[in-house]
Amino acid sequence: MISWLPPAEVFVRVLYAMLLFASLWILWRGQNAPGGGFIGGLMAVAASAAYALVFDAGSALRRLPLEPVRLAACGVLLALLSGLPALLNGLPYLTHRGVTLSFGVVELPVSTVILFDLGIYLCVWGVFGGYCLALVRAIEEES
Amino acid sequence: MLVLLPLLVPLATALLCALTWTTPRLQRAISAGGAMLLLLCSLALLRQVMAQGAITLVAGNWPLPFGIAFTADHLGTALVLIAALMLSITLLWQESAADAAPVSPALHPLLHGLVAGSTAAFLTADLFNLYVWFEVSLICALGLLVQGGALRQLDAALKYFVLNLVGTLLLLAAVALLHAATGQLNFTALGEAASRLDHSVKLPLLGLLMLAFLIKAAAFPFFAWLPVSYHTLPAPVLALFSALLTKIGICALLRTIAGVFFPAPELLFTLLGWIALLSMVTGVLGAAYHWDMRRILAFHTISQIGYILLAIALSSRAGNAAAIFFALHHSMVKAGLFLVAGLIYRQTGHYDLRRIGGLHAAKPGLAVLFLLLALSLVGIPPLSGFWGKYLIISESFNQGEYLWAGSALFVGFLTLYSMAKIWLEAFWKPHPDRAWRLPTGVRTAPAYAGLCLLVLVTLWVGLVPERLLLFVSDAAATLQGGVP
Amino acid sequence: MIWAVALALGTVIAAGTYLLLSRDLLRCLIGLVLFGNGINLLLFTGGRLTSSLPPIIDAGETALAVTANPLPQALVLTAIVISFALMCFSLVLALQIIQLAGSDDVARLRASEPPSQDGIKPALEEPS
Repeated sequence: MISWLPPAEVFVRVLYAMLLFASLWILWRGQNAPGGGFIGGLMAVAASAAYALVFDAGSALRRLPLEPVRLAACGVLLALLSGLPALLNGLPYLTHRGVTLSFGVVELPVSTVILFDLGIYLCVWGVFGGYCLALVRAIEEES
Repeated sequence: MLVLLPLLVPLATALLCALTWTTPRLQRAISAGGAMLLLLCSLALLRQVMAQGAITLVAGNWPLPFGIAFTADHLGTALVLIAALMLSITLLWQESAADAAPVSPALHPLLHGLVAGSTAAFLTADLFNLYVWFEVSLICALGLLVQGGALRQLDAALKYFVLNLVGTLLLLAAVALLHAATGQLNFTALGEAASRLDHSVKLPLLGLLMLAFLIKAAAFPFFAWLPVSYHTLPAPVLALFSALLTKIGICALLRTIAGVFFPAPELLFTLLGWIALLSMVTGVLGAAYHWDMRRILAFHTISQIGYILLAIALSSRAGNAAAIFFALHHSMVKAGLFLVAGLIYRQTGHYDLRRIGGLHAAKPGLAVLFLLLALSLVGIPPLSGFWGKYLIISESFNQGEYLWAGSALFVGFLTLYSMAKIWLEAFWKPHPDRAWRLPTGVRTAPAYAGLCLLVLVTLWVGLVPERLLLFVSDAAATLQGGVP
Repeated sequence: MIWAVALALGTVIAAGTYLLLSRDLLRCLIGLVLFGNGINLLLFTGGRLTSSLPPIIDAGETALAVTANPLPQALVLTAIVISFALMCFSLVLALQIIQLAGSDDVARLRASEPPSQDGIKPALEEPS
């Protein structure tokens, strides 16, 4: 045991926040560069798993925005809904539109694709996060 | 947009049902609403397709052949309507006490998910997309299989999983090789590109594709997943399974081997004919052996799949029309028979024919319903099964395939044998336990309503077959890119 | 290069098939995963093996010249995600079966199709 390191409980709280931030950044970056909802979602799962390993599955579950099933369902629903705005313009379902908003110096690309990707992100987090935490819980109950 | 609704509606309903899983009443309401909406959408789609022919929609406004297209043609739309109808009947059954299995909160999302996967597989016009929807329906079917959590259900799920996954993986391999050979995935483009392929390349590729679909359709040597898993399901879910799962394979086979890749190598159809023959015979023999009603009916499914495959193997327009007619007839009649088995189980507590009896006196109405469905399955005029078998056998005679036609007739007799067995054992003979009385206070009215609907459809198709006959001949014409 | 990949692909699929036929439940599932990976590799190889140039069509050209076709790579990604989800499911299923049945021998797993009691007639259904 190296005494000058902070305890794992402190360390993992910071790690959790950092991993979630990184996952969101990857999600955002996915618009025009490698990245995207799936890989970002897996990163979020990694955050939840790390939290569950240091504390326990229950507290990691409480840290999720919703219960896993609901999170996943919301994600897919969001992805399905992201195809609807195209219908307003008379285009086929899932036609994605994007605009670049300009704020003086900063340019912000916004599109319906990011909504779709966010849906994938939530779905992956819900499904695989829920799966991981259920496994951790099963191990906890055994020991 | 109407083309996509039959898959978006059940998908959205499944998700909403998953969101409301803690409040069963709300979940049931959403589920019923979704099923109604699906029924309306598929009726509207059917009307439109019958009026103006196949409708294509490319998701995301990508140009063809790059975008993922969905095409609603006669075959796909008819199967979608069957799926919607069977989903409604299954949900209606949940409202009665006809199946004593406790309802899990995952049931409704999985049912809608299964329907979404199947309708999408019926409508898609893209080979890889077909694979994806196969997997979606596989996952939902697995979820439904493990609902009870008992060892026999898990065992069934495992065997179902392994055998079906090998099937979808072979499909993926066929997709990979076809894409490598032609560079296309869209059905229309694929058909054009494949017609330029060398025969020695085309034969193994299409053979692999056919193998994958035969596994999905539960044809002769690959049917083991069906009789091992079907009888572990509660009756209403089983009815939905029997109406949808094998039909996905049949529909894909009709779409590709008989449609997109027309004319496919002759050898494949000869092979398919023999596989069909063996499916018919082994299925019906398996049914003759068993005493559990669900197993008898499950083995009969294999035999009836044999009839459909035989019609496809005739590789003519009339043969394809017969196959589509038979598939539509079988989806409803077999599901109806499974529902009768469920009602018998509710009245007697058993599916095993050796433990029950005396139902003709106790439940005469049920006896009549069973008789109508069973005779339709055997192919007695004037019920729908007669027309299905008539179309297949007359087309076999026309093509000079006397052995195939003769076997189909012979298998019909064996079908009569096992239907007569259920009739004699469950309805005619007295109950083995003299003290046995009908249970009272069981709410079965919704279950009967659903069952009566199916019987009415088979009667209607049997008495007035012209419209459906016209419809399936249009369907067979559009299958090969023609105009009805 | 393509021959080396083809050999590897064949080996993976053969190994997967061999394991799939095993009586040990977990080996069977690992075989299934290997088999699936072999087929994913097949799909991937179908899009050509070339250098790591980005798949951008040069000005004036209408088709990709030296780079690999990116479409099979996207398809593989989809297939991997699906097989990942199915693998997760199957592992839990196997775990549950092994716990309930107390055995991982597939040949002895007859719960859904119990063997006949007298060797001739099918087993009587147990009342549930």
